[in-house]
Amino acid sequence: MNRAKVTEKIGFFMLFLCILITVLFLGIILYFVTVRGLRVISWEFLTQPPRSGMTEGGVAPAIIGTLFLTLGAVLFALPLGLACAIYLNEYTPKNIIVNILRISINNLAGVPSVVFGLFGLAIFVKFFGFGVSILSGSLTLGILILPGIISASQEALASIPQSFREASLALGATKWQTIRRVVLPSSLSGILTGVILSIGRAAGETAPIIFTAAAFYLRGYPRSILSEVMALPYHIYGLMTEGTHPEQQTQIAYGCALILMFLVLLISAVAIYFRQKQRRIHYG
Amino acid sequence: MDNIVEMRVSNLSFFYGKTRVLKDISMDIYKNKVTAVIGPSGCGKSTFIRLFNRMNDLILNTRAEGSIYLGGEDILSQRTDVVSLRRKVGMVFQKPNPFPKSIFRNISYGLEVNNIKNREYIEERVTRALKDAALWDEIKIRINDNALMLSGGQQQRLCIARCLAVEPEVILFDEPCASLDPISTKKIEDLITELKKDYTIVIVTHNMQQAARVSDYTAFLYLGELVEYGTTEKLFTVPTNPRTEEYLSGKFG
Repeated sequence: MNRAKVTEKIGFFMLFLCILITVLFLGIILYFVTVRGLRVISWEFLTQPPRSGMTEGGVAPAIIGTLFLTLGAVLFALPLGLACAIYLNEYTPKNIIVNILRISINNLAGVPSVVFGLFGLAIFVKFFGFGVSILSGSLTLGILILPGIISASQEALASIPQSFREASLALGATKWQTIRRVVLPSSLSGILTGVILSIGRAAGETAPIIFTAAAFYLRGYPRSILSEVMALPYHIYGLMTEGTHPEQQTQIAYGCALILMFLVLLISAVAIYFRQKQRRIHYG
Repeated sequence: MDNIVEMRVSNLSFFYGKTRVLKDISMDIYKNKVTAVIGPSGCGKSTFIRLFNRMNDLILNTRAEGSIYLGGEDILSQRTDVVSLRRKVGMVFQKPNPFPKSIFRNISYGLEVNNIKNREYIEERVTRALKDAALWDEIKIRINDNALMLSGGQQQRLCIARCLAVEPEVILFDEPCASLDPISTKKIEDLITELKKDYTIVIVTHNMQQAARVSDYTAFLYLGELVEYGTTEKLFTVPTNPRTEEYLSGKFG
């Protein structure tokens, strides 16, 4: 074998090794959480509130809470983020101001999540008077995932060929008709990818909801969007840092972690289903 | 000759930033005739016809001077309603650009955005447009298939059908055969000859033989100037301008 071929073989092997290491870590995490989590998972665990100082019963209120917070965040951030993306990509000329806006939005994505938590406390909990509630928590998480949704949507819109827009405009469609009937349907799969990633982020964040939505223990379920809620990530945090039965609590924490992963998977699956359906319509 | 003027171009200039790419063009486009615009690449042919439906509005930092009259109205005026202009002046592009929708939806699109809601009427117009674009026989059994499944030539005829469904007065063809094989090209050319009974047609082409085959009038554009304009027969046989003769005989371009 000549030198170039040997170099190529080594190169391929190194790349394969990188993939292997990544997958390995992912596998270990999944295995670890699944094995430990499954020990406590039962029908009761999924459907009952906690009892006896968090050592018995289930975590149903936390599951419900996380579902509400995540859906609330997406409901808030998706329309707003999409509108921003449409404005930035379709309605403004590509100039320095738009670039500054874009850079600002990307920087927002890099702000530590605890900062969003403090912001949510100051604005939603105190200033707007929503209190510690699902509403405050959803809005805070919504703002947290907003930059991701804007960037993903904008990239999706930018990837639509100009020729589609020209074809539509040339037929006497207005700009908005063109966006709504041609550009948006074609970019939906890219937008949904952004939403899927955001769902994982919103469901898993702990810091933004500590001050704005979450309680460690509540009797019963939330009554309205102005109620405090339990949430899985915060419940895990609580189980590992408070209470008097660390051993049982640790087991329950793994159970919560497993449910959280499963929940994210489930919500993402719905989004993936819509994305695939859309792709079939659009690409035969 | 008993030609009716459909569009009148008067002292038209066009600028990309400070660069003047079209220079003081004046010419008449006749109703129910095919007018070809020929010239070497980069001479401003496409830019020229994209002014007829204000497609250049999409490009930043451009400016037009002079006028183009359609039905007594200057379409380059700030007050022109661009949306209704584009319903009167349709366009078929260089590369076939069907929407990623079904064949039917591609054609009905132009009607739907014009607020036509009667399904029966839409179906009738779609069928007629497909027949007029000589595509009906090939696709009638799979009208709900995705348009992207069609061949390049079929896609281009679909784009023509899409344009016909809106019933414009003028149809602009911007090098419609540039990406097609000879057989598809032949079909499109036959179609254009057929369509001029009902429409006024302006076609940009870099293919001189094509201009000779399909057009009644030919305009030769060179470096943004209208060098010569007249009946195709005269321009191709006895050109008055020496540059036209040189271009036609292949000395440059």
